[in-house]
Amino acid sequence: MKYKITHTTKYTYDAPVPVCHNVVYLTPRNTETQSCSRHRLTVNPSPTTHSKRNDYFGNAVSAFSIATSHKLLQITASSSVMVEPRELPAEVNTTAWEIIRDSLAPDHSAQGLATYQFAFPSHHVPLHCELADYARESFTSGRPILEAVRSLNERLHADIKYDPKATTVSTPIFEVFEHRRGVCQDQAHLMLGCLRALGLAARYISGYVRTLPSEDKPRLIGGDASHAWIAVFCGEDGWIDVDPTNASFPQVEHITVAWGRDFSDVCPVAGMFIGGGNHQLDVSVDVAVVD
Amino acid sequence: MSGVEVNQSAGESLFAEYAPDGSFYDEIFRRPGDVRPGWSDFLSTVARIGRTELMSRWLQAQEEIHETGIAYNIFDHSVGTVRPWELDLLPQLIASEEWSRLSVGLVQRASLLNRLLADLYGSQESLTRGLLPAEWLFAHPGFRRVFHGQTPPGGTFLHFYTADLARAPDGRWWVVGDRTDAPLGLGYALENRIVTSRMLSHAIRSFHIERLAPFFMTLQETLRASAPNHRDNPRIVLLSQGPSGPNYFEDAYLARYLGYTLVEGGDLAVRDDYVFLKTLGGLLSVDVILRRLSDEFCDPLELRSTAGLGVPGLLQAARLGHVTIANALGSSLVESPSLMPFLPRIAREWLGEELVLPSVATWWCGQESAREHVLSQIKKGHPLSIRSAFRLGRRDAIEGDRFRNTDSREIAMLLEREPCNFIAQEAVQRSTSPVWCDDSPTSWHLALRVFLVASKNSYHLMPGGLVRLDRDSAPLDLSVLGGHLSKDAWVQATGPVQEVTLLATAKQPVLLRRSGAELPSRVADNFFWFGRRIERAQDTCRLLRPVVTRLTGEGDFESSEELAYLIHCLAEQGHIEPGFAVEGMKDRLPTIANVLPSSVLDAELLGSLRYSVAEAHRNASLVRDRLSLDSWRIVHHIERLLMRASQLEQFSEFSSKKGSPSDSQKGLLTPDEVGAFKRQPFGLVELDELLGELVVNLSALDGLIGESMTRTSAWRFLELGRRLERSLHVVSLVQSIPSTSIKEEGRVLEAILEVADSIMTYRSRYLAAVSRTAALDLLLTDETNPRSLAFQLATIADHVAHLPRDESKPLGSSEERIALSLLHNLRMLEVDDLNPTSGGKRTKLERFLHQVVDQLPKLSDLISHRYLIHAGVARQMSENKGN
Repeated sequence: MKYKITHTTKYTYDAPVPVCHNVVYLTPRNTETQSCSRHRLTVNPSPTTHSKRNDYFGNAVSAFSIATSHKLLQITASSSVMVEPRELPAEVNTTAWEIIRDSLAPDHSAQGLATYQFAFPSHHVPLHCELADYARESFTSGRPILEAVRSLNERLHADIKYDPKATTVSTPIFEVFEHRRGVCQDQAHLMLGCLRALGLAARYISGYVRTLPSEDKPRLIGGDASHAWIAVFCGEDGWIDVDPTNASFPQVEHITVAWGRDFSDVCPVAGMFIGGGNHQLDVSVDVAVVD
Repeated sequence: MSGVEVNQSAGESLFAEYAPDGSFYDEIFRRPGDVRPGWSDFLSTVARIGRTELMSRWLQAQEEIHETGIAYNIFDHSVGTVRPWELDLLPQLIASEEWSRLSVGLVQRASLLNRLLADLYGSQESLTRGLLPAEWLFAHPGFRRVFHGQTPPGGTFLHFYTADLARAPDGRWWVVGDRTDAPLGLGYALENRIVTSRMLSHAIRSFHIERLAPFFMTLQETLRASAPNHRDNPRIVLLSQGPSGPNYFEDAYLARYLGYTLVEGGDLAVRDDYVFLKTLGGLLSVDVILRRLSDEFCDPLELRSTAGLGVPGLLQAARLGHVTIANALGSSLVESPSLMPFLPRIAREWLGEELVLPSVATWWCGQESAREHVLSQIKKGHPLSIRSAFRLGRRDAIEGDRFRNTDSREIAMLLEREPCNFIAQEAVQRSTSPVWCDDSPTSWHLALRVFLVASKNSYHLMPGGLVRLDRDSAPLDLSVLGGHLSKDAWVQATGPVQEVTLLATAKQPVLLRRSGAELPSRVADNFFWFGRRIERAQDTCRLLRPVVTRLTGEGDFESSEELAYLIHCLAEQGHIEPGFAVEGMKDRLPTIANVLPSSVLDAELLGSLRYSVAEAHRNASLVRDRLSLDSWRIVHHIERLLMRASQLEQFSEFSSKKGSPSDSQKGLLTPDEVGAFKRQPFGLVELDELLGELVVNLSALDGLIGESMTRTSAWRFLELGRRLERSLHVVSLVQSIPSTSIKEEGRVLEAILEVADSIMTYRSRYLAAVSRTAALDLLLTDETNPRSLAFQLATIADHVAHLPRDESKPLGSSEERIALSLLHNLRMLEVDDLNPTSGGKRTKLERFLHQVVDQLPKLSDLISHRYLIHAGVARQMSENKGN
């Protein structure tokens, strides 16, 4: 499946902003099943400095600063991405989850370490024993990992009500767990909390999802938004993506931008500014299928 | 032989009552009466000075610390926020050979930790080779991924390394804490040395005590050489958390000693990935940052901290090598005590050496075998101290030994649940040393903090250190604030020590300069307000004094017009309720006499004397690194005078109502004073005395500002503040004169001249009774009278013309226009205008005075906007949540 994605972030200020600094994660990654053939970042007004580097997790991160006074900042990322379907292993044939858990620590190779780090608590995903208890209902002894993950995924989807008004970027996961409401980011953090509490390696993925038009309405341009899901390490089967918001295993509808331990590692657009008074943020994402 | 005996007994006599506990190592006595070698000569020297003389030198030194030197914030609001640093009178002596051994171990440890940082933020060989468990790094909340991949110049992450040492009963030194974030305590060590070298100057020379200055010169050289692209004369700043942080006073002290500009995050800006200092004259590039702000707060953009500290974009500038940060961002990673168990093996593998200095026995519970050992020890009741495994932003300084009283089952549960987050440590039985408590030596436990600086691919140990003492032997390795007393550490050299000072410019030619370090806008702002507030305080004193004199005096002032006038002025300037200044004032005089002390000392009342002085003190404390010690001493003194007075006042009010005061109400009062105030409340007589003392001190401060401050921009802003305030004061006095002629006009005018400190001039010029025209001329239009409005406006115009400005703009600035037009209008007044006879209509003089009152605050705002509020605070942008 080939996509053309336009992700626009717009800040409107009441008063002029003489200086701002931004760090953005907007460049889609290349993975085994995904390749980004074209990517362009447009910033208006044009930045005084701009640099690009790869972060610790291998994501492309762009940093720029603007030193001309402005009242409107617009950041647009346009990308062309090809996503191949991923063949999932048969659930019953996957390794028992405890074996995978126990294989993480002894592996001192660079790759092993790169995986193992995702088994630890992080800023938005602190350790909660209650989450381990919740997860254990799905992760019964000796159960093949993918089967257990599917069960957890479905339970989370059923238990946590999708509610955009219930949380903010800084709502702790335990609160989400108690109130059982939130958006994709909360569901992803919650699922990471469950898996890591069991000692498994799981990472946060920031990206987009294609929304399918319903029968009677055409697809709305800009109606899409950035999305978040997770991936869990399944031993020989590698990392497998899981989307707790949609209770699915992503195939060709999900476009990966960046991954990290949680949202704070890969926040799409972060920045600081001086002056400006009140400001308003508008985000639009358009995921179009290219034939 | 007999001489030695005499010496020994002299030394002993000083410590006759000293009885250290034999189960610890005592620094001076092997056992009671048996002095360790190396100490006996020193003790006899001290004994020769005599206890009384020693105490008096010590008291004098303490007083000096109190007034001028280092104090540190403790967050204790009951006695103000600043507590002086308490120094014991005897230093800790360390022999040369012992020091060399320590030095070898410490240099090795610093190099090892530096290499470990480079590895952890680079290839992570320590993990892939299994020298350090991966869990240790991944569970470490201080392992911020954004720090990874930095390559600081020369591979130096640690420019500074600081260690806390303790001596075990067997006499060996152990490392009980590593400090790699910032060299906290260095300023205190320096301050202690300055005091002890004054107390015992002869002993320092005769015992060949190593100087500290060469160390600081090495430090300066290291920072100078670390500048990107080896710039010859790099700009180096000391980045502080600011007055909200606990180390602010030390920061200011060090900045001044080292000659670096003291900055807070808000004083720096990153433009085009380079770091700049925001000054009045514009942006100046910064090459090296001596960082005393915790690394997790340094770049709110990438570290996403919301504390409002730091500089957005700093990390990227460091990554690109555009600025050198000492220590590099992320250095605090290796100061966690949980690293200690792994250091011996890393030293063997990487250096091919054994670790010279042992660390206190530590088990990191993240390792199963260590955890099991700890649990079994706890079960056996073995005393282990359980602590957080990771230090982060000096946070565990507050937690301290938080599990000291937790029962062992609970601890076991905690270790099972979050093993990675805890360590267990063997308690070190720290050595003891005598300290003087209430006139007799008592045995306290000590920890020695030592400081190293990188130099030419190795490290250099400061010959000396900061000794901190506490009553018990519990870990005190946490923050520099821990411990109740400190001592200076004296390292004996093998031969005579050359005297060096930090100003070693004897041979190298000095480049003449007329300006000092650059003036950050924030500093100028504080000087401006400092100027306004000391002037306001002075004006208030001068206005209150005649009122108080008249209220307490013998004469029949009750019906006098002048008292009515003065009270009107007090009300106009907001010192008392306006209701007091209306008709029938006579009946209210007793009430005025009653409320005056409390409203003058009311810290909450905007513009009250207490308020002005407290604010002036605050402004001064924020720019202490740029004020002369004597100026600071005076400001600090008047603040204490007022603080005491208001405590007395509250206390007398309290005790007049009921019972005895609580300890917090006693505050700074001595028991005698507490007793005295049961008998006599704080009233007008006491207020009069206080005002007299304040006026003298404030005048002395004026003198210092006029005669000792160089004419930099800082001085100009202080002056501007003062002149603005004084103008408004004079105008308010003149405006309060009744417009129509009154019967006791002469006495009213005399009172106003007294308040304006111009009565002597008047008398020397005019022998006759006071005339309105002559008085107003002296107060308003006479440019030769430094108290007149004309003098103030002329000075303001001059200062405004000399402020840094954009030379490309051809015409004057709005500030200049306001200043000049006011001065012009004043000069255009004629003699007749000063004593107008027009009935009812607004006179030219009134219109002019009104214009001054209207325009001067505008001028103040314009100056603030152009120079002082440079750019404001950086804020976080909203972040979008996905769907």
